[in-house]
Amino acid sequence: MKVTVRYFATLRDAAGTASEEVEGDFRTAAALWSHLGERHVFPLGPDDLRVSVNASYAPFTTVLAEGDEIAFIPPVSGG
Amino acid sequence: MFLLQTTPLPSPAELLPAADHACGGIVAFEGRVRDHHQGRGVTALHYEAYEALALGEGQRILDEARARFVPVRVAAAHRHGTLAPGEAAVVVVAASAHRQEAFAACRWIIDEIKDRLPLWKREHYDDGSCAWVGCGCQGRGEAP
Repeated sequence: MKVTVRYFATLRDAAGTASEEVEGDFRTAAALWSHLGERHVFPLGPDDLRVSVNASYAPFTTVLAEGDEIAFIPPVSGG
Repeated sequence: MFLLQTTPLPSPAELLPAADHACGGIVAFEGRVRDHHQGRGVTALHYEAYEALALGEGQRILDEARARFVPVRVAAAHRHGTLAPGEAAVVVVAASAHRQEAFAACRWIIDEIKDRLPLWKREHYDDGSCAWVGCGCQGRGEAP
């Protein structure tokens, strides 16, 4: 399965890119996060992050589909 | 109406023009860029946004406010990109027949924006350095 991962703020700095296409054998957002940990060293863990699937907040347990856009959302600081 | 834009924000009166004469209480909150943070001089502030999620989430916050504080008219706008000290980063307006609902809705909306809207603040300091603020690693521990 191939998905697009978007990175923001400290995760973008750590990944060195704002987005990338990722192909692999992951079923859920949680599995994708573990998969990404093999190629990047992130300063945050799942407890610090929220998940967005196709630009809506979703749980880590969300089952992903081909072509989904996933973002792991660091603690926000708007306002 | 929820706006997310890189240009200067509308004033509260522009953001939520009076539609009729039913609202006797209008409460506005405007959050502006400070020129200092923890004793350091701030020269500029950059907001990074996940625009697609922020637009949807901003609209959801306003829809939830309308369901929660009845009857109330609400609008909000958030800026992203680079801002100078003194510029408005966020504007929230709530209007209702009486002041209680307007104050409560305005307060609830700005609190939800700070908790849920996917924007990240990077401060630039007068010594040339910069840092993410409240993003969960360095600089953690102070309220965003």
